[in-house]
Amino acid sequence: MADESAPNNDPPSQISMVEYLHLGNDPHLVANVCDACRVTYFDRRNACAACGAREFTASRLANTGSVRTFTIVHRAARGVPAPYVSAVVDLDGGGRVKSNIINVEPEPSKVTLGMRVRLATYVTATDDDGVEAVAFGYEPEAA
Amino acid sequence: MSNQDPVWILGTSMTKFGRYADKDLIDLAAQASLGALDDGGVTMADMDVLAAGCLYEANGGVGQRLQKQIGQTGIPVFNVANACATGATAVRTVMMAIKAGEAQMGLAVGVEQMGKMGMLGGDRAARSDKQVFERKGRFGSVVGVEGRLGTNMMPGVFAQAGMEYAYENDGVGFEQFAKVAQKNHEHSTLNPLAQYRKAFSLDEVMGSEVIAYPNTLLMRCPTGDGSAAVVLVSDEKLKTLSREQQRRAVKVSASVLTSDPWTEGCQVQPDVNTLTRNAADEAYETSGVDPADLDLVELHDCFATAELRHYDNLRLCEPGGAGEWIDKGGPWRDGEIPVNVSGGLLSKGHPIGATGVANLFEVATHVRGEAGDRQVPDAKVGLAHVIGLGSSCGVHILERSGL
Repeated sequence: MADESAPNNDPPSQISMVEYLHLGNDPHLVANVCDACRVTYFDRRNACAACGAREFTASRLANTGSVRTFTIVHRAARGVPAPYVSAVVDLDGGGRVKSNIINVEPEPSKVTLGMRVRLATYVTATDDDGVEAVAFGYEPEAA
Repeated sequence: MSNQDPVWILGTSMTKFGRYADKDLIDLAAQASLGALDDGGVTMADMDVLAAGCLYEANGGVGQRLQKQIGQTGIPVFNVANACATGATAVRTVMMAIKAGEAQMGLAVGVEQMGKMGMLGGDRAARSDKQVFERKGRFGSVVGVEGRLGTNMMPGVFAQAGMEYAYENDGVGFEQFAKVAQKNHEHSTLNPLAQYRKAFSLDEVMGSEVIAYPNTLLMRCPTGDGSAAVVLVSDEKLKTLSREQQRRAVKVSASVLTSDPWTEGCQVQPDVNTLTRNAADEAYETSGVDPADLDLVELHDCFATAELRHYDNLRLCEPGGAGEWIDKGGPWRDGEIPVNVSGGLLSKGHPIGATGVANLFEVATHVRGEAGDRQVPDAKVGLAHVIGLGSSCGVHILERSGL
């Protein structure tokens, strides 16, 4: 007989904060890759900006890469905790992505150009129904 | 006229950049426009076309409102907006009308009134998290991305543009970027039209509040108010004007506008380089001017990190050698090619719509030999560059008349 007073142990349902982040046991990014020239896009495109072709195939991108450029934002947009590290990462096997470098001190001595990083996810917000929005960042591979 | 004939700047003027609580947008535009008309010895009745550039009131009929204050003559008006290249786009619009043979003379004005606007780009009120998540937009996002997936705000975007140059080239770091700001602040002390005119030591630049590393408070431009204008004239028409007007006219040897072609990574980090290189190369080719011929350059130093990259993009230094170039003083006013002797956006200010016209005012004033205390000795040819994110780039090469 069901005990109606028992706590609900179901994990809270989660949603990725952007569609190109796929969750599950192995979170990863999925890009729209142009069938003609292989350029990758994270957003929906009507045609390829590089070659004009109109067909795209969703493809998984690598979770590892290296820091191509970064900045340490001290004066941030309203409501955004600072300081934090924003970076562009060159992904292994192709594709370039922008996100935060996480799990690192936001200090010029701790973040270096060319640093090896890997994708990591975290809960960034919860809606009124208890659904958690999951964001991704990159953490030092050495950590 | 043939569209191979040059177009000339007949008159030019700018307001001091700053904050004008007692003036409105149209006051500023009128002041610069009337100044340019007076400088050229002409009136609104002589103008065949008007282009008005203003970003934040792009749908506000600025050109027509300006006419109500300086002369409603019934000529065609083009109100243009193109991010930070808005002013240069107004100039290009009048250039094209003259080149097309539809106008002999025209007025291009850029104006902006921003006050203390704060940081630009991405700083909208964050989407409230107290809601039911629902995917929106082309990225299917459920919460705001600013600060979560990196930054899209200007200080950070241009910091990343600079750090990418440091990644690709040796001899570039915080100190080289800071030297840009040290130079432009020092230059500004000679320019009575600059919003700020205070010199700072390299230590003061590097030690000021970090906004987005490596850009500190003294390495980013202010917001502000101001306007600048040019009167352009066809070669055919100029030759009917007085000898004095012909002598003071400044030849527009190249006028180029580009947008950003697709390059790897441009979807996540705007590429401010390729379109600048494309514009510069086309301008050098059209004009026959070599970078080594330039007596001065006014380039778009919205942040110190941006200026360093543009030394390379505009071919002022050896490829990859921008760090070394500033270390040896190349862009200082007594250096190899003086860059931003006006103080640049960092000190002179950056009322967005006005910026791409004000840099033409600066170069024209030098090649006329009328720049007073800040005059680059015997300047004959100069280049003006402006870039707006999104992106749009304007490059003009101006030369002394010789008429």
